[in-house]
Amino acid sequence: MDLGPYLLFASLEGLVHAAVLSLIALGLSLVFGVMRIVNVAHGEFFMLGAILAWWVSSFVLGNPALGFLLALLVAPIIAGIIAMFSDWLILKHLKYDPEATIIATIGILYIIQQAALMTFGPDARPVEQPFNIRLDLYWFGFSAYKFFVILASIILLLSVWLVMTKTKFGLLLRATQLDSETAQAFGIPISTVYSLVFGAGAAIAAVGAVLIVPIQQAHYLMGSEPLLLAFIVVIIGGLGSLRGTVAAAVLIGMSDGIISVFFSPTLAKILATLLVVFVLLIRPNGLFGTAKV
Amino acid sequence: MKGVAAAGSIAAMPGFVRYSQAASSSPIKIGFQVHRTGIGAAYGRWYDRTTQAAVKVLNDAGGVNGRPIEIVAEDDGTDPKRGAEALEKFANQHNCDVAFGTLFSHVVIGSAPRAGELKLPYFVVSEGHHVASGMLNRYTLQPGITDVKSQVQAMAPFVKENVGKKVTMIYPDFAFGHDHRDYFSAAFEAQGGEIVGKVPIPPTESSFSKYFPKIPRDTEVIYHVMVGPAVLTFVKELGEFYGSKSPKLFGFIDSLEAVDLNTPGLEFLDGSYFWEGNPRYAQADQTEHDKFYRNAVGVDANGASVSDPKDVSTYAHMFGCWETLHIIKKGMEESGYAGVKDRAKLIEAVESMSNMPLSQAHPQGAKIFNGKTHQTFGHQYITKMTNGKLVLAHTTSIEDTFYPDEVDYTKQSF
Repeated sequence: MDLGPYLLFASLEGLVHAAVLSLIALGLSLVFGVMRIVNVAHGEFFMLGAILAWWVSSFVLGNPALGFLLALLVAPIIAGIIAMFSDWLILKHLKYDPEATIIATIGILYIIQQAALMTFGPDARPVEQPFNIRLDLYWFGFSAYKFFVILASIILLLSVWLVMTKTKFGLLLRATQLDSETAQAFGIPISTVYSLVFGAGAAIAAVGAVLIVPIQQAHYLMGSEPLLLAFIVVIIGGLGSLRGTVAAAVLIGMSDGIISVFFSPTLAKILATLLVVFVLLIRPNGLFGTAKV
Repeated sequence: MKGVAAAGSIAAMPGFVRYSQAASSSPIKIGFQVHRTGIGAAYGRWYDRTTQAAVKVLNDAGGVNGRPIEIVAEDDGTDPKRGAEALEKFANQHNCDVAFGTLFSHVVIGSAPRAGELKLPYFVVSEGHHVASGMLNRYTLQPGITDVKSQVQAMAPFVKENVGKKVTMIYPDFAFGHDHRDYFSAAFEAQGGEIVGKVPIPPTESSFSKYFPKIPRDTEVIYHVMVGPAVLTFVKELGEFYGSKSPKLFGFIDSLEAVDLNTPGLEFLDGSYFWEGNPRYAQADQTEHDKFYRNAVGVDANGASVSDPKDVSTYAHMFGCWETLHIIKKGMEESGYAGVKDRAKLIEAVESMSNMPLSQAHPQGAKIFNGKTHQTFGHQYITKMTNGKLVLAHTTSIEDTFYPDEVDYTKQSF
């Protein structure tokens, strides 16, 4: 393939990757930003979203788009409810102590992973693409659905931004993020906010999973790789910064796409990790993070 | 009274009568190292079903010298470390007579040294060349399935004559894939063909499009062999990338094992060739033995479970479990195997086997076992995807798969 089309292909692949990655990382960043906890089980909520998408869509016969739309609605809600339940059952009682929650979420990771294995089995489960259109770009073909993934992610990111900046709920979130004790003093129900944020973080990752599952299949072990990349993205972008998360996701996603295509996927991961080291050395709060007093 | 009548009616069942003279003898315990979870899970499910079916058939016919076979299954998670641990449990906790059933080559390579240390006969069903290459030990045998080196060597002339002369290979980046890379390219170049590209893919990869631009433009044939949970994604993305402008395809069915060929997005495979260890679809000249075996395992004429047409089997590989269990039985009976102290005698008995004719014990076809290299050799099948089904296009001879011995395990001490 010539350099031009080669680069085009790599960029398109990278964009799809970046789109989904930014959703996963956004959920992680939101939880960290507001609750100040590191959710190691985040990748498993992504996996849950994918497996639930398969499960939900397998009930719908006929047009695959119907099953997909139902999954897009139901899977994130179930994943969110499971997240809120684990917050209520476990994290709350740890009083969101940063170290204890890391251990607890590692536990949640294994519980969800094994529960998914025992409930849905060890097989990779395909979800049919809602529309099966292959765009012939002369040098190579590209699935129209992949463009839809990019578009849907942009819409979702914008709506999260709107909720954060324009709604009352967003105001409560930002107040809690800024100073939870003062927020509580002003009558903001912190524990409800925490619970909702933990659920929303999981639900956003699950949306990313529903979008990706017609391309990649659902499997109970699929949560670990996106978790690692999401951490990289969140660290580079600056913990808790929405803008930074999106920028870093595009940076990592695109470089992963391009480096994987031109060199090797392993090199892409090595470079991403190196980038984290440099960011931490030069800008310890991430590209868009602000220093905490 | 009722109880007595019930006992009487059980005793009247054919299997029971034959055990009765050996009623006091304990069962033969076979440790089954099964990939229930991890990347080999689809194979594990069907290896398990095939094993259970074979054990039922063997036990109904009297077991081993009148002793019933008991399977002790242990999940290895398709993980070499857990594989070695499973062998330890078989030998030390369950007191198994032999271990059996491993497919994935990295698990075999990780487990076999432990089998040697435990002096536990280890019958693998893996296809890897590591048995015949001399890498393993006297306790590890592969009598029920052919190895990659012999398979690809038998494919090379067909690919060159019928598909194309410039080949790019796509294969998983671990032992099994490396066997393909090394032995197919050697055999194909010996035929006068040319390997123009080699694209290794990490075994845990979940998306593949990014590898396809590495396929050189002058490629006439894409040779693909892929394993793991993401195989369907792999072929779908291949179709998406090339559409109708694809180079010709020659694939090992591994790329589509346990996958329904009529999944939307796979239409582009029509007309492409596949290696199959055993044809998934019942062919026009189906033997009575395949019919019996297919029926016993519960597989329909399309290669799917009789109870769920969407649950597609790993038909090209799983016959190896059936045949291996029949060989273990034969080896135990011929050596007068009585217990774990006779393990060496069992291995010697299997080593002395050679011709294995097409039969109910060998439904995939006749085989010739090489006792020195612990590896069996057999027919290979090439099928062509025609109207959504795989139709037999060529059957290789057993001789096509021979290569010079690389080891003589019989010279190693027990």
